[in-house]
Amino acid sequence: MRMRMNQAITRAIADEMEQDPRVVVFGEDVAVAEGPFKTSEGLLTTFGPDRVRDTPISETGFLGAAVGAAMTGLRPVTEIMFIEFLGVAFDQVVTEAALMHYLSAGRFNVPMVVRASAGSGLGFGCQHSQTLERWMLGTPGLKLAVASGARTAYGLTRAAIRDNNPVVLLEPRALYGEREDVEPGEASIIELGTSESLRDGTDVTVVALGQTVHVALAAEAAASWSGEVIDLRSLMPWDKEAIVASAKRTGRLVIVEENQFTGGWGTEIASFVSSAAFGDMKAPVVRVTAPDVPVPFGQELEKRFLPSPEYVVQQVDELLATNSAPAPWWKEFA
Amino acid sequence: MSVTNATDENVTVQRRLELAESPLARLQRMIEIRLVEDRIQDLFAQGLIPGTTHTSQGQEAVAVALGAATRPTDIVCCTYRGHGVALSLGILPESVLGEVLGRQIGCMGGLGGSMHLSDPAIGLLPTFAIVGAGVPVAVGAALQFATLKNDGVAVSVFGDGSTNIGGFHEGLNLAAVWNLPAVFLCENNLYGEYSPIATTTAVTDIALRATSYGMVADTVDGQDVDAMYESIRNAVDRARGGGGPTLIEAKTYRYAGHSRSDKAPYRPDGELDAWMKRDPIDFYATKLAANGELDGRTLDEIRDEQRSFVDDAAAAAVASPSGSIAQMFAHVLAPSGH
Repeated sequence: MRMRMNQAITRAIADEMEQDPRVVVFGEDVAVAEGPFKTSEGLLTTFGPDRVRDTPISETGFLGAAVGAAMTGLRPVTEIMFIEFLGVAFDQVVTEAALMHYLSAGRFNVPMVVRASAGSGLGFGCQHSQTLERWMLGTPGLKLAVASGARTAYGLTRAAIRDNNPVVLLEPRALYGEREDVEPGEASIIELGTSESLRDGTDVTVVALGQTVHVALAAEAAASWSGEVIDLRSLMPWDKEAIVASAKRTGRLVIVEENQFTGGWGTEIASFVSSAAFGDMKAPVVRVTAPDVPVPFGQELEKRFLPSPEYVVQQVDELLATNSAPAPWWKEFA
Repeated sequence: MSVTNATDENVTVQRRLELAESPLARLQRMIEIRLVEDRIQDLFAQGLIPGTTHTSQGQEAVAVALGAATRPTDIVCCTYRGHGVALSLGILPESVLGEVLGRQIGCMGGLGGSMHLSDPAIGLLPTFAIVGAGVPVAVGAALQFATLKNDGVAVSVFGDGSTNIGGFHEGLNLAAVWNLPAVFLCENNLYGEYSPIATTTAVTDIALRATSYGMVADTVDGQDVDAMYESIRNAVDRARGGGGPTLIEAKTYRYAGHSRSDKAPYRPDGELDAWMKRDPIDFYATKLAANGELDGRTLDEIRDEQRSFVDDAAAAAVASPSGSIAQMFAHVLAPSGH
């Protein structure tokens, strides 16, 4: 079934709500207005105001309420309109939700989902355009996944709702309107922590996440080299086995990230694979990222921020030609 | 602070000072704000503006009264619905329009966008795109004035939606307990994003909340620029004189939806029309005309002058180039040393 990513998310939530009366939805303008990005269309009508609620602009309040509700028997699906808004309520996610299972010696679970739109490309400026995976990275007790389109959004959303842990699920905002084939149903649920190989290749392994999956696919299609393109899908946990195996096969690993270079999610992948596959690598691991600057507003500059397919092709070309890590495009500026 | 294309400080400061001196200037500025925001909506329709924007048509009296009642040396923290406040405080229309368009002529060189307007020359910190974030920041600016024994005042401008977030409560309490020279100016336009105030806010008269912090409060007709001026002026004078912070609730209304994509279907029929009958510009124009304060001109003539001024500004903004790649890297960190 052809559907937009926002429709796939709505459908995934609805399918879980249908099966499990404990699943409830709340967030800012998710009920009556059906979501600022239309990710809850029809949920209020179908499931009623007890299960689908609008909140005030009070992220600490409603995320804290989600923690309490999750610990005592509900399965809340909350929406943070822009991932940056998590900042005002970060305590509830990384210090409360993530640690309650541990702090109760396993007696309490916190089965809540924090969905958030993320990423650049739509001209929302530097306080509304980041991906911010790194805020959560390395937080024990938390799971973290990123959708790359309608199909993965459907599968990851359902898996996140079923998970007994707090899960942060990032949705690239620029992809809400993009259509893909989705087959609603159990078989389409995507296990958290698994990756997906989207293109076979022999010269290089290209790992991407969220919006950059499409950048990597476009690069591979246009390039003279043959790359195995992998959608990582989950960051906590992440699919070490599949990525290491692929890197060993191709001998080269390129990670394409939307975030800034310093501290980006790819540092974890690069570090792990460099250690685990060292003897099989033909070249250093390369991270293709945005520069260490805030996301600029002006259209041309914002476009420049996100790695383009052309840039990925050029970086991989140079890696293959020299077997050493190419300099980034911004070397003359920073 | 250095910005790529900062306007001549004298021009913005002069624009600010005019408001304190002349009722006619206040009317002209309200008309200017309305025309700039209408123009922003037009430029959006033409596909020239990326992202989103939040306009404040209907709330011009609050913005202009703020500019008139404060000094360029005071500090203002405003929200992402900030075009009106930026223009009132003195930023030129081409700098606002240019920023919204992402061009070099913009007040942040096109790197900020509609939600991030600023000019240190007239005391406007970069407008805040996170709801409630500017409230405690204004408290910090007030703390600076108190600590350095300066007679400045910090004003936090925010909407009714902001009053349900922690930063609002923490900020007001801090300002009260430290008796800081701060003014908290709430534009209660009855909607927080797409939600009517009563669905999200237990106490819909925001001024009542001041009691919780032992703070003076005032409730004002936000469509009456003179009443707004009086209220803000009293609060600012009290703050300057060591009398502590004030919470002002301006009862106002936004004619447009929350943001560009919002057609405001949640509004009851007739509500918008009722508020437009109390339009702050028409209301003030009628008053000035009756008092013979239009400087011998007709209202149409005044509108035409402002339209021509804004037309020129829009042309300059549209003609301005986009930011250069080097600008992306220019202001990430402040230079070392102090």
